[in-house]
Amino acid sequence: MDRQIRRLGFAFVAMFALLFAQVGYIQVFAAGRIAGEPANAARQIRAEYSVERGQILAADERTVLAESVKNPDPNSVYRFLRKYPGRELYGQLTGYYSRIYGFTGLEDAMNPYLSGTAPEFTAQNLTDILLGRPKVGGTVLTTIVPSLQRVARDALGNHQGAVVALDPGTGDVLAMYSKPGYDPNPLSTGTDEQINAAWKSLISDPERPLVSKAFQELYLPGSTFKLVTASAALENGWGPDKTWPNPHVLDLPQSSSTLQNFGNELCPPGGPATVAMAQAFTSSCNVTFGQIGLRLGADKLSTQAHRYGFCPILPPSQITCAAPTIPFILPWNSGRFPEAGYFNQNLPKVALSAVGLDNDKQNPLQLALESASIANGGLMYAPRLVTEVRDSTGRTIKLFDKQEYGHPISVHTADQMRQMMISVVASGTGTAAQIPGTTVAGKTGTATNCGPVPNCNVPPNAWFTAFAPAGSGQTPTIAVAVIVLDGGNLGSEATGGLVAAPIAKQVIQAYLKG
Amino acid sequence: MSSVAVPAGAAETRRARTGFGLLILAVAGSLVAYALQGLGLHGEVPGNLAMYSVLFTGASIGGWLVIRYAARSADPALYPVAVLLGGLGLAMLYRLMDERGRVDIARDQAVWLLIGLACFALTLVVVRDIRQLDAYTYTIGLAGIVLLLLPIVPGIGYEINGARLWVNLGFVQFQPAEFGRVLIVIFLASYLSQRRELLAAGVGRFGLPRVKDLGPLLLAWGTSLAVLLLERDVGASLLLFGVFVVMMWVATGRSSYLVLGIVLFAIGAYIGWLALPHIQERVVIWFHALDPNNVNGIGYQLAQGWFAFASGGMVGTGLGLGSPTFIPYVGSDFILAAFGEELGMLGVAGILLLYLVMIGRGLRIGLERPDTFGKLLAVGLTTVIGLQVFTIAAGVLRLIPLTGVPLPLVSYGGTSRVATFVILALLIRASAGAWYRVRKGS
Repeated sequence: MDRQIRRLGFAFVAMFALLFAQVGYIQVFAAGRIAGEPANAARQIRAEYSVERGQILAADERTVLAESVKNPDPNSVYRFLRKYPGRELYGQLTGYYSRIYGFTGLEDAMNPYLSGTAPEFTAQNLTDILLGRPKVGGTVLTTIVPSLQRVARDALGNHQGAVVALDPGTGDVLAMYSKPGYDPNPLSTGTDEQINAAWKSLISDPERPLVSKAFQELYLPGSTFKLVTASAALENGWGPDKTWPNPHVLDLPQSSSTLQNFGNELCPPGGPATVAMAQAFTSSCNVTFGQIGLRLGADKLSTQAHRYGFCPILPPSQITCAAPTIPFILPWNSGRFPEAGYFNQNLPKVALSAVGLDNDKQNPLQLALESASIANGGLMYAPRLVTEVRDSTGRTIKLFDKQEYGHPISVHTADQMRQMMISVVASGTGTAAQIPGTTVAGKTGTATNCGPVPNCNVPPNAWFTAFAPAGSGQTPTIAVAVIVLDGGNLGSEATGGLVAAPIAKQVIQAYLKG
Repeated sequence: MSSVAVPAGAAETRRARTGFGLLILAVAGSLVAYALQGLGLHGEVPGNLAMYSVLFTGASIGGWLVIRYAARSADPALYPVAVLLGGLGLAMLYRLMDERGRVDIARDQAVWLLIGLACFALTLVVVRDIRQLDAYTYTIGLAGIVLLLLPIVPGIGYEINGARLWVNLGFVQFQPAEFGRVLIVIFLASYLSQRRELLAAGVGRFGLPRVKDLGPLLLAWGTSLAVLLLERDVGASLLLFGVFVVMMWVATGRSSYLVLGIVLFAIGAYIGWLALPHIQERVVIWFHALDPNNVNGIGYQLAQGWFAFASGGMVGTGLGLGSPTFIPYVGSDFILAAFGEELGMLGVAGILLLYLVMIGRGLRIGLERPDTFGKLLAVGLTTVIGLQVFTIAAGVLRLIPLTGVPLPLVSYGGTSRVATFVILALLIRASAGAWYRVRKGS
């Protein structure tokens, strides 16, 4: 009998071994796959909403961009609600956190930290489980300066457009606002009906508030692209004082088309027979830069553009980039410029591309990065929006260092570019950005919205980029880029200098005042 | 008892000390679990934590004192393991029912735990030697069968969820099969200890029992089929027949009974499958719970249990922090999945290990008993618990088709709680008896 009892014992051990094996299979080996089944969505969403998601804070570590507050309804399956006290001011940066439409922006990019699932949290999570403490996500610190963000919004006024302000020495995003913004609150809290209604009105809005004009949309750069063409010329050894023929109209090779100065006028006013590049830059003469582009050739122009972070495209077949060239924590579109091969047998396009037309594309973040690298002596830092993650006890668990992107131009070229940009503001197209007592360096742009139609009357997009303080021996602390769509309140009369430059000025002034 | 020899007394003191140490750990673990579920659910410990602690600790130590008084040299591990399982189960029931707004249900189970402890004490006090039970073989057997079939009686028995296993005596409702099973085990231990030689000798040349010795086996099979077909209680039927076959095999030492048992089980299962559509459905669900067509339909419960285990992962979400209430009947059949979600693989493995310790101690008592009746009784009672744990755990884990039986001491179910405590009392009594003999012999 004892033999049977022992065998019975072995049988039970074997049966329990089966149970252990199955538990290990479900809970460890296949756990991710099983828990990720669509039919388990209710539990996943509830798990997400039962974590007190971390805050997203501004650079002052006080201003709350996003936070989780306890649901006042104790019977709701959602224990916490996501709130955005700044409403539309930071919406395109934080993104939304919607149980129906998913996450975007920092809510998506920083989700492992905000929800406390990143590997850095393992030790704390285990402690929390042992102590029965509810899990609390990490706090994300950003570089945004709230007062500057508000100035950027207010300076845009009623215009559709965007402002980006960077710290040239670090790449820190000081302000980044696009108008119209959107308020993430209605997408993130409320009944399903309310969330759906908010979503419908946002995606049907023709001004596309869900897509940032600061870093996601792309526009023709217009004359702001002369930053790139001038850099290529300087890198090629053609100094600011090298003079160029100054015809009224540039006849483009291999075609019957022409390139004209802005307003089809002589440039600079008075129309000397020859013009130095510095003078043509100050007055933004298309004819001169068209010639410079043609003389440089497609190779050198493309190379310079790509070194500034424009990603290579090959129209008409390939007009998008797989990934942005310059890393950024949010999904963004870096500028685009064709590969040299695109211009084979197509020389007119080189002249057009040299003045920011044809297939050139950029947004304010791309332009601000160019200004910032000129301001920083030719060294470009990748834009940085997040500096640090802290756990719920305030301990730093992750630091994001500033990140060098590269040297688009030499120190010498950067210095020459700075001098030319100073004269744009001092005496050229960008005088509206002058700040008493501060040297400002800038460049205007007025990009047609006409497409290939000549002499149309559609209001253009107005650009301006600048950095300050730009005086000799000074270290610039802010670089700004502004776009105002469709001419703002000046309509077809708008130029970058008239509409966009005053906005950049307000932002720089506010920042330098502190 | 105080006049025993010194070495044995020292061993006894050591056992008592070990037992008390384990009990303190078990009580502490239970109370920590109760506090944590409140913290997880509401961010604060339950308001009645102090009162709960006093009552739980008092009742647990009360049970231990009864063992000290009535069964001095008893096995030291069984009782603490039972207290811990009961405490963990109660904490989980509070957590689940609180979220569903039905704390009263958990409170009822706490009362049933106290009643269980009282019955545990009563059994130990009344049954001073398990051999007393050997004297009423057929009375106990008849009582067992009556209890098993009581729910069929019109007017007394009634159905819940398609199974007719409840009896309503006006003032109390219970499942008599839980006690019937215990009585049947006592009867079998008694009957088989008297007949084992006959039954063993009856196994002939071809390894098969003589036809006239097949009587008991066929009777057990018939009873099990009656329980299955008349009460539609698959779990009770399965346990009854399983325990019978195991005890028959252990008593006779003849594997042919085991083989025959398995064949009869297969035939019975097939009859059940043909006769009861809900058994067919169980098998379909077992295979296809996660199919897209079923996952929100007939497979919902199993799928949610499966998701709960998977979502818990290695360490779980923490008590009160998961979503086990998505699972229908999570407090009864699926309570193991709730542990899986909130305490993870480590928690589930821990609970299964506690049962394995219980089974191991039970079989050990069987080995140490000098008498056949005691051996068979210990083996039978242990098998009842072991098969029950395996049936429900394997069902929830989708190793076998789901059969709804309570997870002893842990899941919802008053009768089961009390019956398990009675089983434990008998095992502890049996262990004290075995040691008493060894001590006298030494």
